[in-house]
Amino acid sequence: MGLYVFKLPDLGEGTTGAEIVAWRVAEGAAIGEDQPLVDVMTDKATVEITSPVAGRVAKLFGQAGDTAAVGSALVEIDTEGEAVDAEREVDAVQAPAPRPDPVRMHSRTPPPPDFIRRPAPKPLAAGERPLASPAVRQKARELGLDLRQIAGSGPAGRIERADIEGFQPVRPAATGEPRLKTRDGVREVKIIGLRRKIAEKMQAAKRHIPHITYVEEIDVTELEALRQYLNSQKLDGAPRLTLLPFFVRALAQAICDHPQINARYDDEAGVLTEYDALHLGIATQTPGGLMVPVVRHAEALDLFDCAAEIQRVTQAAREGKAAKSELSGSTLTLTSLGTLGGLVHTPVINWPEVAIVGPNRIVERPVVRDGKIEVRKMMNLSSSFDHRIVDGWDAARFVQNIKGRLEHPATLFMS
Amino acid sequence: MARAKELTPKVLVVGGGPGGYVAAIRAGQLGLETVLVEKAVLGGACLNRGCIPSKALIHAAGSYAQMRDRFEAPHMGLSLSSAPKLDFAETIAWKDGVVAKLNGGVAALLKRAKVQVVTGAAQFTDAKTCQVETGEGPVQISAEAVILATGSTPVELACLPFGGDVLSSTEALALTEVPKHLVVVGGGYIGLELGMAFCKLGAQVTVVEAGPRILPQYDAELTEPVRRSLIRQGIALHLGAKATGRGADGALLILDTDGSEHSLAADKILVTVGRRPVTEGFGLETMGVAMAGPFIAVDSALRTSMRGVYAIGDVTGEPMLAHRASAQGEVAAEIIAGLKRRFEPIAMPAVCFTDPEIVSVGLSPTEAEAQGHPVLVGQFPFAASGRALSMDATEGFVRLTARRDDHRLLGAQAVGAHVSELSATFVTALEMGAVLEDLASMIFAHPTLSEGFHEAALKALGHAIHI
Repeated sequence: MGLYVFKLPDLGEGTTGAEIVAWRVAEGAAIGEDQPLVDVMTDKATVEITSPVAGRVAKLFGQAGDTAAVGSALVEIDTEGEAVDAEREVDAVQAPAPRPDPVRMHSRTPPPPDFIRRPAPKPLAAGERPLASPAVRQKARELGLDLRQIAGSGPAGRIERADIEGFQPVRPAATGEPRLKTRDGVREVKIIGLRRKIAEKMQAAKRHIPHITYVEEIDVTELEALRQYLNSQKLDGAPRLTLLPFFVRALAQAICDHPQINARYDDEAGVLTEYDALHLGIATQTPGGLMVPVVRHAEALDLFDCAAEIQRVTQAAREGKAAKSELSGSTLTLTSLGTLGGLVHTPVINWPEVAIVGPNRIVERPVVRDGKIEVRKMMNLSSSFDHRIVDGWDAARFVQNIKGRLEHPATLFMS
Repeated sequence: MARAKELTPKVLVVGGGPGGYVAAIRAGQLGLETVLVEKAVLGGACLNRGCIPSKALIHAAGSYAQMRDRFEAPHMGLSLSSAPKLDFAETIAWKDGVVAKLNGGVAALLKRAKVQVVTGAAQFTDAKTCQVETGEGPVQISAEAVILATGSTPVELACLPFGGDVLSSTEALALTEVPKHLVVVGGGYIGLELGMAFCKLGAQVTVVEAGPRILPQYDAELTEPVRRSLIRQGIALHLGAKATGRGADGALLILDTDGSEHSLAADKILVTVGRRPVTEGFGLETMGVAMAGPFIAVDSALRTSMRGVYAIGDVTGEPMLAHRASAQGEVAAEIIAGLKRRFEPIAMPAVCFTDPEIVSVGLSPTEAEAQGHPVLVGQFPFAASGRALSMDATEGFVRLTARRDDHRLLGAQAVGAHVSELSATFVTALEMGAVLEDLASMIFAHPTLSEGFHEAALKALGHAIHI
């Protein structure tokens, strides 16, 4: 027998297992050497595993969402079943030697999150048409159905008469197509992969931490003037400054006065670990969902270095290239939605940290100063704290500390 | 000038070829009052100057060549004691009889569908109105819907204008005697079909083709048996050569790839360098219809840019094939009748009646790969076919291409005697969305050439029985 059992290889970085995110082959399908077999996820990196041998997929172990241990069987490949290619001589006796490195760390973006994937037909390439007989195509025309929307049950996904008869036809109206159509679709979506990680993390944060959220408004008119001036003077190649590097400076200074806020709390052990270094998590929206890459030693980065590092780690996360070390170890987290930042939000703490700060959108607002109404650039700051560790008093003082520094930007550059 | 007779049908079809007459019949069947305007004879180029007469001539030429071969070299126990006689005028008369019979058939079918045929050239004054000068006086026709099916005409070379000894396919099919030296300019299917037929009828035939190989619409693997057959029959091939004009004694001057000039003896020169759509001479410019290059632009409902004006057949673009025009004609008529139809074929068969014949449907292996599909290819040689052996015609093969991932059929081709008839099974399989396993599970009658399709599918799946 030419059965080749493919086992989950060691994916490095001390992983002991990986979650199956998506099978790229089906049982019974022919597979070529180096063709993708499965996507697995370790911590937050998605890895594409390719087949070291050619053949026919005899058996898949586990379903999307299952966790496989390193060394456990993933796929059985019948290497004798490869005789699909008549032009190729297949040596049925000698099982092909497994190739040393079937794992390919891909720089591709992670697959689209499964929570929005629908049990829909296979997407068609440009110019490709759905497989269906002329009579079925005509029936679809008469019913006003788009065959591209219909998953075929026949071989090679061929759409059969029964497939379109099961479809709710669009109600014919006397005057052309109805403009509004009822939608009756219901989908069950398996929460797996990154989405499951996010769900678990959020659940843990809310279960463990009694949150207190504090919102203050900050006048950033002067800070914005400084930022714009620095951007106008910056050297070629230097990153454009956003508000964030200034904000990071303010945080790096403020935590010296409030060390219990830059910390991680192990509530089972009853130990709060305070850090002198500011390893700042940056909440980042990636194609697959929320990730928190980390800017390490933010206290030691000047404005431009900080801007560059924020850009680097968030881009790595978005492209799925971030290493495990770049996705863990934060001591405090910053969450900013930029222009989508809204008025106020109640951020969820990146457990086991004890605080999260979230600048809201900057808007010009009328402000009363010295008895006169002036237009000022105002920004709200929404922050949440672990009330077990941080009292309301301390939370308020911490935020006022940041506010003072941001409203008087010169203080950001005083030790 | 006599006052024009006025007709106001629901549908006006312009052109009585395989597109127009089919559209008119279908419209009539659907109960639409329909008028068909044809300036010459019903049936169009296909019936009168193309498909049908050329096939008749090819058939007669083949029969004659077989007899001559038996006279020259007895085979299968068959021999002739004296050379067969060819009365070419009689052959042409027989061919004309075939055409006439079909002309009459078309007229009868139109009549049965209650289509009114107006004979004469249409001249449009606006998109829905045309004037026709008939033998019985002028007729003015205003219709709610117009279907343009004006067809195509042979392309002329500036250096070889049609006339005298320079023939288009039309004149070649009406020759009264077989030319001694026939030079064919253009190595496409029309030129080779006629060139081979005249060769079998006794002409010395030379083919001049500007491109690097014959039958450029097909891949080289498929045309190779035809090339070998040309050589075997003694047809001289000049590839990469350009016709430049006439020399002394009517000879054809050509410029070879190496830059050398040659003179080819010719008493007739057949120019088959393509066909162009007929878009002039009937007032198209008054109809406000958008063009797509030289063709009338249409969408998948065969609608032109002018509301209520439809176009079908050769005038709408490549491939210029009668069966395409007919299929479009049916769709256009049904759409005018309010049915939800579209012209969206998966498979458009192309056949070439050379010796051996070629049929191609869908993608070739190279085309399929170019579209990004990893493919499986299965090929079955007729040398392994009992039926081919029993017909003494073992040249050629059946070849199919399927997607490697889901085994769906992407294309099928064949080259060999009588393979044009395989077009039906190829089209059926492609249109029905067949996968290799479908073809492998079907029983094809033995002994037939069509078994080659089954075997090719088995071959692609890695378990051919007979090869």
